[in-house]
Amino acid sequence: MDMSGEQRIPAPQQAVWDALFDPEVLKLCIPGCDSVEKVSDTQFTAKVVVAVGPVKAKFAGEVALEELNAPNNCTINGKGSGGIAGFGKGNAKVELSTEGNETILKYTANASVGGKLAQIGARLVDSTAKKLADEFFKRFVKLMTDRAAAGA
Amino acid sequence: MGQYGIGQPIRRKEDARLLTGNGRYTDDVNLDGQAYVYFLRSPYAHAKINEIGLADALAASGVIAIYTSADLIADGVKPIPCEANAKSLKGVPLFKPPRHALAFERVRYAGEPVAMIIAETYNEARDASELIQIDYEELPAVADTSRLADADAPVVWDDLDSNVGLHWETQESAVSEAIFKTAYKTVELDLLNNRLVGNPMEPRCAVSHHDAQTGRTTLYAPSQGGRRVINAIAKDILNVPPQSLRMVSLDTGGGFGIRSKTYPELVLMVWAARKQPRALKWRADRGETFVSDAHGRDQSTKASAAFDKDGKILAVRNETIVNVGAYLSENGAILAMMGGGKIMGTAYDVPVLYFSVKSCFSNTVPTDTYRGAGRPEVNFIMERLIELGAEAFGISSIEMRKRNFIREFPYKTQMGCLIDSGDFPGTLDMTLEKGDYAGFEARKAESKARGKLRGIGIGYYVEGAGGRPFEEMRVRFEKDGKVKIFAGTFSHGQGHDTVYSQLLNEYLGVDASKVELIQGDSDTSPKGAVGTFGSRSSMMGGVAIKRASEAIVEKGKKIAGHLMQTEPTKVTFKDGVFHGGSSSVTLEEVARAAQDPSKLPEGLEGPLDESYYYERQGESQNFPNGCHLIEAEVDPDTGTVEIVKFTAIDDCGTVLNPLIVDGQVLGGIAQGIGQALVENTVFDNETGQLLTASFMDYGMPRASDFPMIGIYFNSVPSPTNDLGVKGAGEAGACGAPPALVHAALDALKGYGIRHIDMPLTPEKVWRAIQAAKSGKAA
Repeated sequence: MDMSGEQRIPAPQQAVWDALFDPEVLKLCIPGCDSVEKVSDTQFTAKVVVAVGPVKAKFAGEVALEELNAPNNCTINGKGSGGIAGFGKGNAKVELSTEGNETILKYTANASVGGKLAQIGARLVDSTAKKLADEFFKRFVKLMTDRAAAGA
Repeated sequence: MGQYGIGQPIRRKEDARLLTGNGRYTDDVNLDGQAYVYFLRSPYAHAKINEIGLADALAASGVIAIYTSADLIADGVKPIPCEANAKSLKGVPLFKPPRHALAFERVRYAGEPVAMIIAETYNEARDASELIQIDYEELPAVADTSRLADADAPVVWDDLDSNVGLHWETQESAVSEAIFKTAYKTVELDLLNNRLVGNPMEPRCAVSHHDAQTGRTTLYAPSQGGRRVINAIAKDILNVPPQSLRMVSLDTGGGFGIRSKTYPELVLMVWAARKQPRALKWRADRGETFVSDAHGRDQSTKASAAFDKDGKILAVRNETIVNVGAYLSENGAILAMMGGGKIMGTAYDVPVLYFSVKSCFSNTVPTDTYRGAGRPEVNFIMERLIELGAEAFGISSIEMRKRNFIREFPYKTQMGCLIDSGDFPGTLDMTLEKGDYAGFEARKAESKARGKLRGIGIGYYVEGAGGRPFEEMRVRFEKDGKVKIFAGTFSHGQGHDTVYSQLLNEYLGVDASKVELIQGDSDTSPKGAVGTFGSRSSMMGGVAIKRASEAIVEKGKKIAGHLMQTEPTKVTFKDGVFHGGSSSVTLEEVARAAQDPSKLPEGLEGPLDESYYYERQGESQNFPNGCHLIEAEVDPDTGTVEIVKFTAIDDCGTVLNPLIVDGQVLGGIAQGIGQALVENTVFDNETGQLLTASFMDYGMPRASDFPMIGIYFNSVPSPTNDLGVKGAGEAGACGAPPALVHAALDALKGYGIRHIDMPLTPEKVWRAIQAAKSGKAA
């Protein structure tokens, strides 16, 4: 499945860029996230609980950043294993730009699932992914807004 | 004889027990100290297994053992064999890849078992499976049936340079090409026969235990007659004496062909029981049943027919790709030829046939026989060609059928089947009369007034029934007056207990309440036992029972003669009583005497206990046939297809019990309509992931999808078996799909829609209507 979106974030582009790859920020913003650990500058591991329709599983995932061009764009590749629930994998291209006092974040992403997730949750994957993305950005925008307010 | 014999509508003996919750299924078996099994299955459709890490899982709570393919191979366990054999015209045999019970080096479909976990509880086994670390390296997958033979398709087996495991074809290619060039008219079609999941009501289940004292292992599992399965496990896979294994099938909640297979899990349950001091139990949930049962159908076909100026078929060409899945299940690679091809032409005289089948591997669950097994597919193709032919000539499809029906019997099909009997034009006429074909236009107008498009469709089918050509039955009179039938056939819904009792009543005058059917145990089934599939039990098992009964009468005459002091040759037998001169003695009395050596003539031993091994002549199957007529209403706004009238006329030969044959026909129709209307197995064509593995995504037909169905018989007894029977179990699945599709297409003909692949879901029909409205007719 493919999805794309655009968010306006009331913070400077560099601050948004830094926050996007800050394990603490990610842990707060990713719905169901238990932990995010930075393995290297371009690699993270994460544990996230996700429910896709009737299948709920704890995913142990690896995230790698590629084609890094700070603070403008990069590609994020991720894959996670949810045990007997199967696996999920995907990638996202993220692009930041500045417009006045705001940062515009554009993304295009695709994801696929396998095993039980595909077998009984496939038609719910799209809506679940959209819901997760919406929730992530809702939290992220709020956090950045709060930070900007605190810093002001 | 009388009211309990052949042809009587006797209610089923087994129903009271089954309907009041007194059935006993495999899951009802719980053995002392049993441990639980969970199978870890591949989430990938195609991947290399780099490494399997078991340490964490082995240390988990309650875990007793974990096995992978390395353990099987170290123990000398052989891959599951495939008995099917076929060769291409050039003599290239069917490629048979090794199918290890647990994935070896690679996984080739999502759902393939990779590890077997044994633990104290089911949940502990399942939890431990989460700790198994497998390093998979994903490989490109292929699932789309029509693409499997393409040069650029990912290849499932490296030993081959494509996915074609067998290209089987007939010789007539050049002849038929020439005919097509000069024919008056030709028609062609391109269709997909949708993949189905059998979904017996009872999910997969097995219990096993090894008795160290006797050295025997018992496997409890649903089946369709387990002797062949357990023999294969003993001889071909584990290399142990067959008598050291026993398979017991209790009540079985549906078979449909797919429950007759030697599945990996069954092999593992037997093998592991021999390694473990504990009994083992495995029960799959529905999702696991979706990926661990063989699937059915899944063929992509291009076919064409050539006609002379009178609309008579000159030749048919048929090129089919069969998606056999990742491994060969029993008959998946040959059913399109041996099941379907042999009766290609079906009810029609086809003088020249070119038939080609490419059996192709894919990264999907293996396919195999499922209710009809090749025959629904060719019947669908022939019926579509007839309809297209009628359209090309501008005549009714009824007229087209009549111009081409086989009228003289026996008729030899192009691939060598000898169709023994039938009354195809008579059956068609009877259908039109019972279904009030003449009144259709009025009903159509009435539907139109309600905003519905009403169509009418015919599906004429011919089925080849009988399966393997031998079966053995044993009839034994017991001391307590009971008569036991020891069967290798296996009733899993067919009502054998009732029908076999009727046969004993007919031939021996035995009261049905005294008859006890012993089935489903490899220890008691006769040596020549085969099982129940291919609509064969009445023909094969029934004839064996008749002949065993005759042997009982012959032996009984000797005993009766001795008791009545009459020459045995002068003893006659009628309605359960032996007569000699003015005296008579009942079979019951003779059976009792047979238990007492002092009452037996010299040289004769009791009791009355006779087996008959019936082997039918050569290839002579029987050929159930019939005509199904459906009226359907299509809602042009939603695309919903509703069946509003259904008439089925079947020629099942001699009807042993009309209630049971009605039930068989209805069951077949339900599955046929399931295929035509809602059932579809969908894979992601890029990743090979199965997307329809639950009843949320896989449509099953429901009672509300059907009107009352008028079932009638136009019986022409088969001349090739003692009982005159023809199989009934798979008929409905052959006749209903083309009838439904034709009814829907008839309703939609105003839009110029000429074809929609099954299933005719509202979305598909709606899209076809929208495309037609915007000028892009299918």
